[in-house]
Amino acid sequence: MEEKVVEIKGLKKSFGDLKVLQGVDLDLHKGENLVVLGKSGSGKSVLIKIMVGLLRQDAGMMKVLGQEVSTLNTKALNALRLKIGFSFQNSALYDSMTVRENMEFPLVRNVKNLTRGEITKKIEGLLDSVGLPQSINQMPSELSGGQKKRIGVARTLILNPEIMLYDEPTAGLDPITCSEINNLILEVKERFNTSSIVITHDLTCAKDTGDRMAVLLDGQFKAMGTFEEVFTHADDQRVKSFYDYNFIHS
Amino acid sequence: MSEKEDDRKPFLSKKFDKFFTGLANAWSFVRRFFSEVFIPPYEFKEIIHQCYRIGVESLPLISLTGFIVGLVFTNQSRPSLSEFGAASWLPSLISIAVVRAMGPLVTALIAAGKVGSSIGAEIGSMKVTEQIDAMEVSATNPFNFLVVSRVLATTLMIPLLVMYTDFVALMGSFLSVNANEMVSMSTFFVQVFESITFLDIFSSVMKSILFGFTIGIVGCYKGYNSSKGTEGVGQAANSAVVISMFLIFIEELLSLQIVNAIRGM
Ligand SMILES: Nc1ncnc2c1ncn2[C@@H]1O[C@H](COP(=O)(O)OP(=O)(O)OP(=O)(O)O)[C@@H](O)[C@H]1O
Ligand SMILES: [Mg+2]
Repeated sequence: MEEKVVEIKGLKKSFGDLKVLQGVDLDLHKGENLVVLGKSGSGKSVLIKIMVGLLRQDAGMMKVLGQEVSTLNTKALNALRLKIGFSFQNSALYDSMTVRENMEFPLVRNVKNLTRGEITKKIEGLLDSVGLPQSINQMPSELSGGQKKRIGVARTLILNPEIMLYDEPTAGLDPITCSEINNLILEVKERFNTSSIVITHDLTCAKDTGDRMAVLLDGQFKAMGTFEEVFTHADDQRVKSFYDYNFIHS
Repeated sequence: MSEKEDDRKPFLSKKFDKFFTGLANAWSFVRRFFSEVFIPPYEFKEIIHQCYRIGVESLPLISLTGFIVGLVFTNQSRPSLSEFGAASWLPSLISIAVVRAMGPLVTALIAAGKVGSSIGAEIGSMKVTEQIDAMEVSATNPFNFLVVSRVLATTLMIPLLVMYTDFVALMGSFLSVNANEMVSMSTFFVQVFESITFLDIFSSVMKSILFGFTIGIVGCYKGYNSSKGTEGVGQAANSAVVISMFLIFIEELLSLQIVNAIRGM
């Protein structure tokens, strides 16, 4: 079997009385795109936030690139975070900064001795690859939702991450923009050789981008495998209804 | 603590609990500031940007208020002093009142309203839109970039603004004194400087530094800990103003006691 970049075993997380994750097991292999499906509030965002140490699990193992995240000190955690690109559900662009400053922010603080020219070249290159070279001096408030998403992805790519985490990259976007984002995700995987986790409720996105699917239900992964495996042979009625909803009702 | 356990407690004890956990959190926030302020990287660019912003935000209002306070206070004090034939003491009275109390207080209260609320709202909205989390996951220290720079900027700028307010208020007062008692500018300012001591200026500066620190740290604390949602942002801005004004009055009272004690020595 290929190398595992993320290894999760028996992961549990609650907020007060609200049990969100109740024993999650999951592996992400090198070079793979894994899609995590699940309905709103099922804990998908919580799962990847634990992966980057924004939240801490109550129990279980969360190993990323061979390191248990919850035991790392600040320095080691930051070193790990440099290798993970986290694209937020709502883009989380710094709205007091231009697109250029947004992209510079992680770069100048983590990579020393870069000249202005090198920084600009890197930013322009990435903006090109997300198809927004003309936006470099715009403010986030001047961008559309889809453009923000793409800038958000470009910002996380600037540190050459090994793992990309996309939190609902296509939520709230029209079908054409969705397919553009899907292509972007595939392109990122090809060009930067990343392993990715893509969180979504959108089965078209899942089908297009994922090598493997995992469905989060009641705080656990109830079904896992390729798209066909998960949905054509779905035993669980709720997994089935997920499919029906996406392809019949919409 | 779980919700259930919390529900069983009586109302008053819940309030107390909340108050003291809040206090403990605020204290650890202040301690975090002091532990990070000396550690690189230093965000000089951001500090200067914030200083500039604080100045621009509060200057118009401070100019107007300072000037009017000086003018009105002079006009209001004139009748009582004239009764004793002491109208010539007006410049001394004004300078003591402005430098010791009114300058710092007026500046700090206005800055608490303008700057404190905008810091609270800005950091609060960065918190609820996950911009602070985004900084954290890109391996940069949001506390250093956002909090340390803003607190340093307010701590630095409020004393400067206080000096400016003092000057504007004295000019307002001069206008009135010049029109009524025909005192020239040089005579006015000679009297002004004769009546204030080194201790007055020193304590005024120290007080202003404290006020500036208070405004910055309260705004940042409230923003950094604002609850989710747009409502949380409004609340953060609002309570930043209320709490920093409250603290400013307390600090004013305490510093008055200290300065009086020193003066009595
Ligand atoms: N920091 C937090 N404090 C308290 N509760 C939280 C916190 N973060 C998430 N939750 C709760 O955990 C549950 C799962 O949240 P999460 O954001 O992971 O959902 P999600 O699967 O990403 O949903 P969506 O598709 O709507 O984004 C929700 O009920 C949420 O209220
Ligand atoms: Mg989510």
